[in-house]
Amino acid sequence: MSSVVSSLQHAAAAGHRPLATRDADWVRYTLTAVALGFLALFLLLPLVAVFAEAFRRGIGAYFAALNDPDGMHALKLTLLTAAIAVPANLVFGVSAAWCIAKFNFPGKSLLITLIDLPFAVSPVISGLIFVLLFGAQGWLGHYLDVENPALPWLQAWLIEQDFKVIFAVPGIVLATVFVTFPFIARELIPLMQTQGNDEEYAAITLGASGWQTFWKVTLPNIKWGLFYGVILCNARAMGEFGAVSVVSGHIRGQTNTLPLHVEILYNEYQFVAAFAAASILALLALVTLILKSLVEWAHARRHAADAAS
Amino acid sequence: MSRSHRSVIPGFGLSLGLTITYLSLIVLLPLSAAFLKTLGMTWEEFWAAVASPRVIASYRISFLASFAAASVNCVFGLIVAWVLVRYPFPGRKIVDALVDLPFALPTAVAGIALTALYAPNGWIGALLAPYGIKIAFTEIGVFIALTFIGLPFVVRTVQPIIEELEPEFEEASASLGANRWQTIRRVILPQLVPALLTGFAMAFARALGEYGSVVFISGNMPMRTEITPLLIITKLEQYDYKGATAIAVVMLVTSFTLLLLINLLQKWSRRHAAV
Repeated sequence: MSSVVSSLQHAAAAGHRPLATRDADWVRYTLTAVALGFLALFLLLPLVAVFAEAFRRGIGAYFAALNDPDGMHALKLTLLTAAIAVPANLVFGVSAAWCIAKFNFPGKSLLITLIDLPFAVSPVISGLIFVLLFGAQGWLGHYLDVENPALPWLQAWLIEQDFKVIFAVPGIVLATVFVTFPFIARELIPLMQTQGNDEEYAAITLGASGWQTFWKVTLPNIKWGLFYGVILCNARAMGEFGAVSVVSGHIRGQTNTLPLHVEILYNEYQFVAAFAAASILALLALVTLILKSLVEWAHARRHAADAAS
Repeated sequence: MSRSHRSVIPGFGLSLGLTITYLSLIVLLPLSAAFLKTLGMTWEEFWAAVASPRVIASYRISFLASFAAASVNCVFGLIVAWVLVRYPFPGRKIVDALVDLPFALPTAVAGIALTALYAPNGWIGALLAPYGIKIAFTEIGVFIALTFIGLPFVVRTVQPIIEELEPEFEEASASLGANRWQTIRRVILPQLVPALLTGFAMAFARALGEYGSVVFISGNMPMRTEITPLLIITKLEQYDYKGATAIAVVMLVTSFTLLLLINLLQKWSRRHAAV
């Protein structure tokens, strides 16, 4: 018995799992090879293909393709959309997490489910519902109807401002906000629920106001979760295709986001230009993955440090 | 409600009010527009819109390709998650980060990249072309795109469960005389089943609604490779708003049912893990 124990301790000391719960070497190597092969085929190869196709005609052609006014406009619109959608969902996410994590009220689990709804909706339908609301025959669209205005003063003002929702920038922003709606809230809700209310109670007992408590106590505690949610929300906001495609109307140099621009170039057989624009989005995806991993590793290290102390 | 009002933490009214207003304006009101639009249709109109042969064919390809893709992801996702947790190898952290690529890469980019790979003159397509195997612009292409999109769902639901597996169970099983294969089949796999099912359902639900990565590689042939989301766009482009909305409502009901199922599975999975 003692020899078994010592051999187990030996195995543990050497950093191995005990023999009984270890897989044979051939199993390990086969499974590792299968997993890496699958990932290389399905994930790595498409990523490599984007850059290979973009540089197919050389670096000169790549940068010439990027230097395109419509492409620049598409990039600006993509950045603008994300710059509106992410802060809007950030404020919502913090507010939703605050009321769900800090208070008890009837209907709380229903509220959590409803916040998740946009994830269950196909991107195409996410665009369609805004066309139904604001399109020419939509519920709110008839406020813009020239023939038969419901509210003449409002309509006159809107026409004066040249305000349109569908096939225009507001529709793109709305569809993007819908699609990225749950990202930050669903990151923060479980985080704040596990953190509990003790620190907030302490702050308020010591005389801090609600806002002081939020800025000085809650926010420092949730900042990494918040950052994580913002990264994911931003990646989706900049990359969304289906929903934006339905509401944008594909007007070059006006309502084209970068993903839509990629589609137009591709359908016109301008492959180098399409993949050059796509490579910008792929770089963005890589930056997203790197930031996300850094946050995860920092979090795991702090967790380990907490456990050790 | 009275309990929350007595809480010393302020901001309940403000945060709940803001949350519900924003939720209603951005999510609930627009979604209800889809359901209300179909109320203006007669039953015959609705049925004709959602059950014409071309629409049925699109359900068929969407459903079958999503099912096949989610099944393949279950097998390979389990292997990937197992390898990432149990077998240390150099570069594991990078591979682990790469698993989330389908979440981060815009779907249109994935779509054109997969098409470039699997088209008859692409890197993979050219290898298979001599054997008469075509992938891009066939049902297999749809399946490939949906497999790409669904993989992280399975890996990311199964991986944490494998991390939390207690080695004691495996040791006990081995010390009672089970060989490794029996331990895997009778002790480890049953603990992973709820998470695997959850991952399957999530990958399947996402695949049903997927658009961007599929439209480029599928070839979009009516009755063959035309997926349901694409059919909605086609109807919209023909100004057939009612037809598009009716199909959308069928899809929404399907997705919400799947969401409910996923929530139940997750509850089961958590209870299972807690035992």
